[in-house]
Amino acid sequence: MAVFRETVPRDLQGKLMELNWTLVLLLVLLGLAGIGMLYSVAGGSWSPWAFNHATRLGVGLVAMVVIAMFPPRFWMGVSYPAYVVALLLLVLVEVMGVSINGAQRWVDLGPIRVQPSEIMKLAIVFALARYYHDLPTEKVTSISGLLPPLMLIGAPAILVLGQPDLGTTLLLGATGVAVIFMAGLSWWFILVVGGIGLFGMIGVGLYGLENILADYQMDRVRAFTNPDFDPLGINYHPNQAVITLGSGGMTGKGFLEGTQSQLGYLPEMQTDYIFTALGEEFGFVGGIAILAINALIMAQAVAIAISCKSPFLRLLTIGITTTYASYVFINVAMVSRLLPVVGVPLPLISYGGTVVLAVLAGFGLILGAHIHRNAEPPRGAGLFG
Amino acid sequence: MRADRQEQDLKFTRRALIMSGLGGVALTGLAGRLYALQVLENERYRLLSEDNQFNYYLLPPSRGRILDRFGVPIAENRDSYRALLVPEQAGDLEEALDRLAQYMPLSDYTRARILRTARQQERFRAITIEDDLDWQTFSAINLNAPDLAGITPDVGEVRAYPYGAAFAHVVGYVQSPNDEDILNNPREAERLLRHPGFRIGKTGIESAREMDLRGSAGALKTEVNARGRVIRELPDQSEPPQAGQDVVMTLDADIQRFAHERLGQEAASAVVMDVNTGELIALVSTPSFDPNLFVGGISVRDYSALRENDHNPLFHKSIQGTYPPGSTFKAVVAAAALEHGLVDPDETIRCTGSTRLGPREFHCWRRQGHGPVNLHEAVKTSCDIFFYEMADRLGIDRLYDMAVRFGVGQQFDIGISGVRSGLMPNPAWLRGRYNEPWTTGHTYNAGIGQGAVSMSPLQLAVMTARVASGRAVEPTLYRNALARPAPYIGLSEEALTRVRAGLRGVVHEPGGTSYSLGGLGIEGVEMAGKTGTAQVYSITAEERASGVRDQEDLPWRLRDHGLFMCYAPADRPKYACVVVVEHGGGSSAATRPARDILRRVVARDPSSRPGVFADLSRNDRGGA
Repeated sequence: MAVFRETVPRDLQGKLMELNWTLVLLLVLLGLAGIGMLYSVAGGSWSPWAFNHATRLGVGLVAMVVIAMFPPRFWMGVSYPAYVVALLLLVLVEVMGVSINGAQRWVDLGPIRVQPSEIMKLAIVFALARYYHDLPTEKVTSISGLLPPLMLIGAPAILVLGQPDLGTTLLLGATGVAVIFMAGLSWWFILVVGGIGLFGMIGVGLYGLENILADYQMDRVRAFTNPDFDPLGINYHPNQAVITLGSGGMTGKGFLEGTQSQLGYLPEMQTDYIFTALGEEFGFVGGIAILAINALIMAQAVAIAISCKSPFLRLLTIGITTTYASYVFINVAMVSRLLPVVGVPLPLISYGGTVVLAVLAGFGLILGAHIHRNAEPPRGAGLFG
Repeated sequence: MRADRQEQDLKFTRRALIMSGLGGVALTGLAGRLYALQVLENERYRLLSEDNQFNYYLLPPSRGRILDRFGVPIAENRDSYRALLVPEQAGDLEEALDRLAQYMPLSDYTRARILRTARQQERFRAITIEDDLDWQTFSAINLNAPDLAGITPDVGEVRAYPYGAAFAHVVGYVQSPNDEDILNNPREAERLLRHPGFRIGKTGIESAREMDLRGSAGALKTEVNARGRVIRELPDQSEPPQAGQDVVMTLDADIQRFAHERLGQEAASAVVMDVNTGELIALVSTPSFDPNLFVGGISVRDYSALRENDHNPLFHKSIQGTYPPGSTFKAVVAAAALEHGLVDPDETIRCTGSTRLGPREFHCWRRQGHGPVNLHEAVKTSCDIFFYEMADRLGIDRLYDMAVRFGVGQQFDIGISGVRSGLMPNPAWLRGRYNEPWTTGHTYNAGIGQGAVSMSPLQLAVMTARVASGRAVEPTLYRNALARPAPYIGLSEEALTRVRAGLRGVVHEPGGTSYSLGGLGIEGVEMAGKTGTAQVYSITAEERASGVRDQEDLPWRLRDHGLFMCYAPADRPKYACVVVVEHGGGSSAATRPARDILRRVVARDPSSRPGVFADLSRNDRGGA
C-alpha cells in the first residue's frame, strides 16, 4: 500500500494539490454556458443577468474551494447546528417571509434575502450523513434507527410543502431516501416500505388527487395531461417551452438567433426555462452537451463518494450528488414537458443567486470529501463531537 | 472487523452503481426526449415558432376598374378618408374622443364601439373611428393633428360609380361579403373576404367578373414579439397585392347616360346594339338607383323605399322583363312568308277591320280596316289582318322555326346573370304547359306577336339587329378587339330587303305608323322602325259604355306596354335601338325616346354620317 494514498493532506498547499480539477473544470463549463445563455436571452446584453451571474459564479467558485479546505471533523461538528438553523429559518419564513409570485419562500436577513429551503437541501444531507456516521451498522435496519432520519426529513418537508413548494419537498424527500438507501437499509425493508408507499399512492388515487393538491397544483397537473387546457394561461409556458426547444433542430438557430428566446415568447426565461433557449440556439447538439457535462459531473461525484473511507463523507457526497442530479433531471424533464410545471432551476445555468451559491457550496463539500477521502473521523461521538 | 468493513465498502459501491445506473437511465430518457422534440418533430415546432415570430398583414388588392368602350371609367376606386385611433398613443380614450368631437360629430354608438374594441384588442392596434369622411372633416383632423394625440388620418380606397344610377343594373355594385359569399368562395380567399373594408361584387358585371376584378391580396411580412407588436417589417419577403384587371365593356357611357335621362322616371328599358357584332352600346333600365348607396351599406329606409316602388327600380327590365313583342314581331312573320315564297310582293289582301275564324272574330287594330294591302303596306301600317293570313299560310311550325332564327325564346349569355329567355310558343309547349291542343287561333295570335309570345328588350334588340344586318348576332357586353361581324343568318337577301323597305316605310312614308316622328333628324340619314303594343288589359264593353275609351282613362297599372324597335342608317344598318315603356299606354310612348337615343348614337359615330360614309364607299371601290 502506497503510504501517500492513505494520508490526508494537512496544509493548504497539499490540499490544493489534491483538488479535483476535472470536477472544477466541468462546473466552470456549465457556469460559462449559463453566462452565455443569460447574455443571449437579455438580447445580447451583459445586463441584467449575465454580469451578475458571472460575479456570483466567481464568488461561488472561491467559496467552493475555501469550503473544500475544511476537514470533515469541522463539518461533522456543524452538521446538527446547521440543520437546526435551517429549520428555524424555514419556520421564520412561515412567520415573516417575503412572498414572491404567490409562494412564500424568501426571508430577509438584513442585507441579503435568502431562500431557507435551498439551505435546507444541504443541511438535511449534513444531518443524515452525520446520523448514519454515528449509527452502528446493525441498527440501520431497525425502527429505532429509522425513526430519527424520517423525522429529520419529515419536519422540513412539511414546512416546505406549506410554502407551498412541491418541487423542493419532493427534492428533500428524494435526497433523504437516497441517503437512507446508501446508508445500507436492507432490501427487504425497502420492499416493505416501497409496498406501503405503493398502497399509499393507490389510496391517494382513489381519494382523488384534487383533494390533496392545492388548486394551482391541480391545474398544473391538468395542464400537463392536456396541452390544450388554458393555452394562453397555465399551459402557455409549457407549450411555448416545447416549441422553443423543438424549433432548435439538430444544430440550433445560432447564438443570439433564437426567435422564441429573443422575441420574448417565454417570459422569465432566464430562470427555470433557460435550457429551452439553449436548445433553441444550439439545438440537440447543445442540449446533449449540457446533459453530458452533467453526466460527467455526477459520475465524478459518485466516484469520489466510493473512494471515501468515512460513512460521513460518503453519504454527504452521495446526498449532495442526488440533490444535484434531481435538479437537472426535474428541470430538463419539466421544460421538455415530461413533468408538470415544478419550479426547479437548472443548476449553474439558471439565473438565481441562492441556487448558484448553494450548488457550488455543495460541490465545495464534495471537493473537500475528495481531498479528505482517507480521513476516518471517529464514529459514535457525541452530538457536537 | 476488517471483513465487515470490506463488506460494507462493497455494499456501498454496489448501491452507488445502482443509483448511477438509475441516473444513466434518466439521462438517456431525457436525451431521447430531446431527440424526439428537436430532431424528429423539429419541422412541426419550427413552423409553430415561425407562426409565433411572423405575422402577415393582409394588403388588399386594388379592385379593377370597369371601363366603357372608350376607356371612360364607369366603376373606379376613389380615396376614402378615415380617422384611426391608436389607444396606446391616445392616453385617456374618453378625453381623446372628446377632443376629436370638436372637429367631427361622434355618436354615442360610435363612441361605445370604439371603447369596446379598445378593450378587446392590444393597445397598439388601430381602430377605425369613421370611414369615408368628407374633405372638410379630414383636413380639420389633419390640421389639428398636434392636439389629437393617438388619432391618425388615413387614406383607403372605396368603390365609386361616377355615373350613378345610369349603370346601376348592368354594372351592379359591391358590398361587404356576407357569410354565404364567404362560403361560396375558395377557402384561401377567406382572409381577404373578412378583411375590414373589403367589398365583393353583388350584382351585374361587378359580380359576374368578380374574379378578374378582384386581383389577389398581398401580404406584408412582419416580425412580431410575443405581444404582437411589430418589431420590423420585411418588405423584401413580402408579397405586394396584385391589382384586379380592368374590364372593358362595349357600353358607351355617353349613350347610356343619355338613354337613362331620356327615359326619365318611366318604368322603361332601352337597348342599343351594334347590328353587325352584337356589341351592346347601352343597356338601360329605369327607374334606377344609386349604386354608391349600396357600397357603404344602404339604410333600411332607403332600401325598403326601393323595394316598395311600383316602378320596380331594383329590377333589371332590359334583360329580366319579358313582354309580348306585339307588332314588332311582324318583321319576323313577313320575313318568313317571303322566305318560304308564300306571298307575292304584289299580292294584296283586303283588310275590313276584322276576320272571322270559326265562331271567333279577329280584329285589326284599325277598326275601320286598311282596305287592300300588299306586304310592304301591311308592314308599314301594321295591318293585323294581313299577318293573320301570313301566319295561317306559314303554320306554327315554320313560324316557330323562323322566330327561333331571330332569337325569340333563345337564352343569350351576355356575361351577367339574370338574362331571361322569353318564349316562342308551339303546339308541344302548349300541350306540355296547359295540356291544350294548338288551334289556328293560337297561330293568328302568334302572327301579331301576342298570346304567349314574350321577349325581353334585349331579345327585341337581337331580333332588330338580325333583321337589319341579316347576321346571327349574339349580344355581348365585353369589348373584344378581335370581334368580327357575326355570320349571316341564311335568309335570302331579297326577302330581307323587302322587310327592311317596309320598316323604312313605317317612319319615312306617309301612312306609316311612325310617320309623324319626322325621321331621325340627321340630314341625309334615314332610319327604319316598327312599333308594338303589348296589351295588358282589355277594355270591357261595359267600361267602353261608361266612357272608358282610352288608355289614358285606365289606371297606370292596366295601361298597355309601348314598344319601339328601330335601326339606322336605313340603307346601311349599323345601330339597333329598342325601347319598351311599361304601361306607356301604347307604342307612341316608346317611339320618341327610341328615336332620340338612336339619333345620338348615330351622331356620335362619324362613319355613319353621310359624308364619311361616301368616302368609305369610295375607298372600298378603289381597293376592289
